[in-house]
Amino acid sequence: MLAFLGFGKNQRFFPKHLNLVYVFRFMTMGKQPSFLSRDIISVNELSKKDIIRILDVAKIMEKNKKPLLNGKVLATLFFEPSTRTRLSFESSMNKLGGKVIGFRNPNVTSFKKGETLWDAINVIEGYSDVIVIRHPMEGAARLASEAAEVPVINAGDGANQHPTQTLLDLYTIKKSQGKITGLKVAIAGDLKYGRTVHSLAHALGLFNCELFFVSPKSLKMPDYIKDDLKEKQIKFSEHEKVSVVIDEADILYATRIQKERFPDPTEYEKVKNAYVIDSSLLKKVKKNLKIMHPLPRVNEIDISIDESGYAYFFEQAHNGIPVRKAILSLVLGKIK
Amino acid sequence: MRAYRVYAIEKGTVIDHIPAGKALKVVEILKLDQFNKIVTVGMNLESKKLVRKDIVKIENKNLSKQELNKIALIAPKVTINIIKNHKVDEKFKIEIPDFMENLVICPNPNCISRNEPTSSKFYKTKEKPLTLKCHYCEKGFKDFKLK
Ligand SMILES: [Zn+2]
Repeated sequence: MLAFLGFGKNQRFFPKHLNLVYVFRFMTMGKQPSFLSRDIISVNELSKKDIIRILDVAKIMEKNKKPLLNGKVLATLFFEPSTRTRLSFESSMNKLGGKVIGFRNPNVTSFKKGETLWDAINVIEGYSDVIVIRHPMEGAARLASEAAEVPVINAGDGANQHPTQTLLDLYTIKKSQGKITGLKVAIAGDLKYGRTVHSLAHALGLFNCELFFVSPKSLKMPDYIKDDLKEKQIKFSEHEKVSVVIDEADILYATRIQKERFPDPTEYEKVKNAYVIDSSLLKKVKKNLKIMHPLPRVNEIDISIDESGYAYFFEQAHNGIPVRKAILSLVLGKIK
Repeated sequence: MRAYRVYAIEKGTVIDHIPAGKALKVVEILKLDQFNKIVTVGMNLESKKLVRKDIVKIENKNLSKQELNKIALIAPKVTINIIKNHKVDEKFKIEIPDFMENLVICPNPNCISRNEPTSSKFYKTKEKPLTLKCHYCEKGFKDFKLK
């Protein structure tokens, strides 16, 4: 494309007064994905370009002081509780000068009386400019986006998707390492049921990362995720111990192993300690290693890690603000 | 000599080359048992293409696109013959469509499509083995129930 536009032999065909740099900038500007009125439902429908754009805008948002969303109303519909996600969205909206309405307990609303989600969204969209929804059923956010004219952002639909979590994870990785492409990322814990790690693995696949999956045998990464990575020729390997891969990793992403996932409690007792990260594991790790966790942690990460310089999970949680600010500003068209 | 011993019809649809044993399934999904016209079912007939095949003849009925899609899901290789005046007026193969609405029930009980009055939507993501992905819960399935 560049060659055609005026590098090398073709240069003389190009009008002299047109500055190539200017033309090139104009071209890339035109190619930027538009997010106006777009629903953010699933990481699977975000391209690499989309993700890069959101992360770039998140960086701008760290310094932004302008009330970009003045006069806009966000409705936060939490059909199941998730205090941190809700507060993070509400704080982002408030910091950008917008207002928030919503509920955090569906028991007191008409849903208990059997109103459909479809009807409820059709009513609420008349009160708001953007909707954030969390729902215990898979696909609820997609259905809400089909009911609403205003953009809908999925803040978790059952075991399916939680795209803003994935985006803040990616932003955190980029912020801590300066890049995402080509990193070695170890993902440890419950890889079978954790929607966070499924979306993250898919997204890291877009950036050509090498992945180490660390889990008990019974909680391995599902085949459909591995098939997807194989198709994209992403390097990955499976392990049962964090100690085997931690020295090589740039990022260790730890997740919780829930007792309820084990039919046999003795099985849980056997594996639970194999996934505790403590300072004895950190003797030969890379200097740039950062340890992430979607929080809340139970005992997966020993508190001795917190002061080690490798801990990065509180920064990770805070990164929810610039990332959600970026998404709200983009879908409301306040950043083009 | 006639290829099969199922009598010819004057007007209607012949669903041919159904894999042996699937004819009754075709009758079931098309709800032909509740259809008040003549339906003839031939099973385990000899076939050049298949070792044994089934055939279903429905008099005075044209199948809708949705009905053809349903048949494709359980027996993808069938041939449809439209009969007019005892003659084959049109003959075609059917295919599993890339997108299906209201055809399949999502196997995931926690899927919103199972809990709201909305039509199910599925994409064909793989031909062999046939894999359908739910538009709502985004899960892929190899086993599914027709609506
Ligand atoms: Zn579904």
